[in-house]
Formats: sequence, C-alpha cells, structure tokens
Amino acid sequence: MGETVIALAGNPNVGKSTVFNGLTGMKQHTGNWAGKTVANASGHFKSGKRSYTLVDIPGTYSLTAHSPEEEIARNFICFDKPDGVVVVCDATCLERNMNLVLQTLEITENVVVCINLMDEAKKKGIDINLALISERLGVPVVGTHARKKKSLAALVDAIDGLPHGKEVCRTDYPREIEEAVKIIEKKIPEDCEVSRRWLALRLLDGDLSFKSEIFEREGKALNHLQIRRAVSEAKMYLDKSGIPAENVGKIIASRLVEKAHEICDGAVTGETGYYKTDRRIDKIMTGRITAFPVMLLMLAAIFWLTVKGANYPSQLLSDFLFGLQDDLSGILTKLNAPSWLHDCIVFGVYRVLAWVISVMLPPMAIFFPLFTLLEDSGFLPRIAYNLDRPFSLCNACGKQALTMCMGFGCNAVGVTGCRIIDSPRERLLAVLTNSLVPCNGKFPTLILLISIFFAGSLFSSLTSALILTAVIVMGVLATFFATKLLSETLLKGKSSSFILELPPYRRPQLAKTLVRSVFDRTLFVLGRAAAVAAPAGLVIWLAANITVGGATLLQHCSDFLDPFAKLMGLDGVILTAFILGFPANEIVLPIILMAYGAMGTLPDLGSTAEIGTALAANGWTKATAVCVILFSLMHFPCSTTLITVKKETGSLKYTLVAAILPTLMGIIACVIAAEVMRVTGFC
Amino acid sequence: MNEYISLNQIKKGEAVTAVRVSGSSSTVRRLTDMGLVENSIIECVGRSPTGDPAAYLISGAVIAIRSADAQNIKVRRRENG
Repeated sequence: MGETVIALAGNPNVGKSTVFNGLTGMKQHTGNWAGKTVANASGHFKSGKRSYTLVDIPGTYSLTAHSPEEEIARNFICFDKPDGVVVVCDATCLERNMNLVLQTLEITENVVVCINLMDEAKKKGIDINLALISERLGVPVVGTHARKKKSLAALVDAIDGLPHGKEVCRTDYPREIEEAVKIIEKKIPEDCEVSRRWLALRLLDGDLSFKSEIFEREGKALNHLQIRRAVSEAKMYLDKSGIPAENVGKIIASRLVEKAHEICDGAVTGETGYYKTDRRIDKIMTGRITAFPVMLLMLAAIFWLTVKGANYPSQLLSDFLFGLQDDLSGILTKLNAPSWLHDCIVFGVYRVLAWVISVMLPPMAIFFPLFTLLEDSGFLPRIAYNLDRPFSLCNACGKQALTMCMGFGCNAVGVTGCRIIDSPRERLLAVLTNSLVPCNGKFPTLILLISIFFAGSLFSSLTSALILTAVIVMGVLATFFATKLLSETLLKGKSSSFILELPPYRRPQLAKTLVRSVFDRTLFVLGRAAAVAAPAGLVIWLAANITVGGATLLQHCSDFLDPFAKLMGLDGVILTAFILGFPANEIVLPIILMAYGAMGTLPDLGSTAEIGTALAANGWTKATAVCVILFSLMHFPCSTTLITVKKETGSLKYTLVAAILPTLMGIIACVIAAEVMRVTGFC
Repeated sequence: MNEYISLNQIKKGEAVTAVRVSGSSSTVRRLTDMGLVENSIIECVGRSPTGDPAAYLISGAVIAIRSADAQNIKVRRRENG
C-alpha cells in the first residue's frame, strides 16, 4: 500500500513550516514573510496507524491563483488529489484564515483544520472555541502551538481519522449564482475527478489560469464545447438577473469573507489586531525619520558581527587545514606518488579547498544565522514596505526588496523567490537584477579586500563593517538603476499594485535557528563551493603549470586579457580569475593568489597580512582593490544562478540579459573608477 | 449623511468602513483574499517612511497598500473612530 499523501496548506506566516518540521522532523527553514515556501517540499512521518507523505505547499491567501507560487498550491490541492489537506490557520487572525479553509472545503471533504499559534493568541487574550468551529465546519479542528512538539499529537490523531465521513460546511452563494452553478455543473460528467461544484464556480468567475489548467489536465473527461456553451448560458442567465459577468468573482469572494465571519462569530472572543509591541517596533522600523538609518544600522551591525566574529576562527581553521597539508604530502610521498601527481593534489586541489573552507566557513556560519534571525522575526516585510516607493519609481514592485534580501544569501535562491511577485513584468525585473546584490560567496572576498586595503589594521572591524555596508548600499543602488533601466527599455510598463501583509513580529527561536541555518544553509552552500573548488583547483593548477611556448596557459590567458583589464583598473590575472570563477564566486580570490604565487601554487596564506603582502607584491594598490570590489559586485552571476534564471524565465534571451547587464555595468563602473582614481592620484 | 472618501485620504489612527472596492480585477481579488470587502472595517495604522504605501488593519492583520490602489477603495468614516 502506498503512503497516504497529506497536503499542508495555509496562509503565509502562520507557522506552516514549523508544523511541517514538527511532524516530519525535517529541517525545513521557516520564514516569516509571504512566500517562503516557493516550491512543494515533502517529508514523511508515521503514526501508529499509517505512514504519511506530507507535502508543504506554498502559503496562499486563497485558491484563486494570482502568482506562480499560488498556482503551485492550487494545482496540488486540486489536481494532485492528496488524501487529505491540513489547513494551518493563525489563531491570532482566524477569521481571515477561515477563507482558505472554506475554499479548501469546496474542493475536498478530507480536511483537518489546524489552528496554530494558540499560545500567542492566549497571550493576546484571544479565546477560541475549537469545538464550536469544528461543529460549524464539519471537520476536525485542532489547536496547536507547533513550537511545542507535544501539541502536535492531537493533529496526528485527527489526520489518522481521515476520511472522517461527516458532512462538511458548504459556502452558499446568492441564489442567482447557485442557479448559474447548476447550469454548468449539469454538463460536467459525474466521473470528473475534480469537485464539480468547485469547477463550475471557477469557470463562472473567469479564473483564466485555472481554465487553461483544467482543460489541459482533465481534457479527456470534459467536453469543451458543451461546457463552454453551458458557461455562456450561465453567464447570460446571470446577466439577465442583473449580475454582470465581471462582478461574479467579487460576489463569490465577498460571500466567502462573510461566511468566514459567520463561522468565527461567537466562537472567537477577544480583540484581534495590531498589538502594542508591534506598533512600537514599527514606529521605529517604518518611522519617517528612523526607518532608513535603522535599516542601515542593522545591516552594519550584522556585518560587524560577521567580520569581527570570523577573524579568529578563520585563522584557526586555516592553521589547522594547512597543517594537514604536510600530512597529506607525507602520505602521498610514502605511496611513491610521482611528483607531478603529488603537486597536483597537494598544491592544486587541497590548497584551494582548504582556502575556500577556512575563508568561507566562518563568515558564512555567522552571517547566515544572523540573517535568518532577522527573517524569522518578521523584519523583512518591513524592508519591502519601506522600499516599495523607490521600487515603484522604477516601475517595479516592493516585493523585489524581499527577493533582493534573499539574494544576500544566494542569488539562485533570490531568483527562485521572485515567484512571489504577481506581475510577470515585475517578476522579470526582479529576476534579471538579482545578482547585483552580493551573495554570500562574495562576502568573504569583499571582507578580506576591505580589511587589507581600507580598514588599516586587522582589528578595525568596525571600519570594515561600515565600508562593507557602503558596498552593499552601492549594490542596492545598482539594483535600482538596473531595474529602472530595464523598465524603460526591454521591459516597459507601469508598476502594478503592491499589497503585502506585515505579519506580527515574532521572537525567533535562537537555538533552533542557529542549528538550522548552519546545517541547512551554511553547509549546503559550503558543500557546493567545495565541490566546485576541488576540480577548479586542479584545473587552475594545471593551467598555471603547463607550459606552452615558454609561458604557462594561465600566463597566456592573462597576457591576452591584460590590456583590456588594465583599462578597468584590474590586471589580466584578476580578469582571468573572474572568468574561471564562473562556477562559484568563492574561488576568485584563491585563483588570483595561485596565479601570482611562485611555482603556480597558492602561497601559504596563514594570515590576512600575508595575503596583503602577496597582493601588493603583484602591483595591487588601493585603486586595484576598489576596482576588484566594484567588479566583484557587478559581473555575470555564477553558473548556478544563471541556470536558475533560465529555468524561471524559460528564455535564453533573458538569461543572456541577466549575464550581460551586470557585466556591462561592472565594466563601465570599473573603467570610470580607474580613470577617476588615476587622474586624482588616489592610490 | 457622511460623504465617501478614498482610503488613501484617511489619516493614521482613523477607522473607516469600506463602501466600494474597485480597481483592476486582480487587485480587487487580492484585497478580497486579505479580507477587504465592502463593509469591512479598516484602520490606518501607519505610513511608510516615504508616505506611500500605508499600512491598514484589516480583519486582524496589518496590510500594506499603495496609495494608487487605496484610491480605488471608497470608504465612509465611522461615527466614533
């Protein structure tokens, strides 16, 4: 017998992922802003009775899809026919959440309502009569506080009880609509696998994305012509009854809101709303004078902690890993490995790998959890709220601020996250400009260069953090510039609407966040970087050591690029490194250092100071560092990101734009900066 | 009788009742999903630092809406705020 499939639905920010993790024990990262789960994630759990597959679908407010991620959610419930649906609701805002419950009940009877965040509701003086709501809905209703795993036992029992076989609550619409629904329903064959009533309702309210989907999926069972005729007949009937076709959707939706109120009326007591603490925090976070300085301050604080905290562990790791190098070398010698193989493995593969790990791991292990805390506590939607105006001036959507923030972690994730943006044009803008904010792979390089060339000594982490913040702000400004540029040229159009929920602030779970973000994100990203670094180390070592016509391959390549690179204030080696670093930004600096190094190997880079010396010996000045930072900020995205862009846009043209636009911006910025610095004598 | 005004005209702290929700169909639908329908009670709870969008309390949740969209929502002032 196959596993029973249960879908986990719910509004955004109701703790759906926490329920998911609680049930499956899987470490899915939870989010506190609309659209965290951008694709279906699934996990497994067992009860005494059955074993289940739990599918976490994207958070949605309704099942009439507006955005691609909502389409994913709707299609799953509607067409993939899970054996049951758990609708997770927020106890502090139940009436609004009830809308989704009612819509789900129109599709399937096998629903369990999970009212989550009961503890928060209790704190806020909200009392919910679960039995009464269950009676009114005709389905099991369970109260949980998913952060406490114990409270999920009742939910598992309720899921075990499916199918419950009771008659469920059905939303009744005005008489005319009901009649029109009947006209269409009659023409839908009995054996249609989707609820006929629901199908009729959707055909009536003119949900276009749904129409194409339904005919594609259920094409065989449905007679197009007959149904189309029935739909126009029903619409004509409504028109005669004084309901124009374009109002139908609105009437249906309003009735659902009304019904939700009826369900909760008398069953939920206490004031729901916007609480004192939230008001206070918002006063600062979104205040006219305070908002922007506070955002910058938070950013700077995160970077300061990252820079300051990463120094020491970085040193330790590097000492340790480079110490191991001798052991590895010894083993290879003992095995009588030929010297070329020895050098290749030790100086090529191992050193680059060790370097990437010791330089990358500590800042990531600090930055990711910090950033996760920020996400989980509900600050990001406020950032989108604050930045919506500037984005709308670029004819874009404020939600782009969210995808931009995701880009700090990983641009590929940011690009996927763009699914939360409704308008296809605005979504493309967000996709194409995402790589202009530096991802985690670029931070260590930026931090290192800043601390070597600008912060004076190693200990001035504060200066480093401030300069890094300035660099990030530059990335944000570049994002605005590129967005505006695109919306005036390739992607012309007016900005559409911006409607975003600002969820209550939540105290993040410190320990869990730390563990999760280290294991899920840090190690994942590091693993990817390492997987690229090892073969890249080999290739680079070979390129730096194979001699053709009196010079190494690397030499040939960098000589070729040198004149062009000089214009940009770089040199051939640096530009070669950026090109070779296409698979992962993390390896750009190691390539540079290896290419400079004598014997074509990465020098012993125990400390920042040594790296500084190595760079200076190869002609680096402050001006070079400025240009490298600029180009690092603005150049073609890494291969993973570009593949994701191709996947999301389905267009080679836009993938090319995503690569060329930032590169051009970087080249122009570097040329101008180099020229200005040369003329003013800054170096 | 109270006159109807647009939602974007109300001040922070003011509470109103929605009378007519119009605009592009997708915007109206989005608002409806958020619980904003005719007869909903809406309170303006703040503005973003640039003044647009503004934040409104609608059926227990705080929702940010752009001025351009709020303009299409006609509301009536409530008797005692």
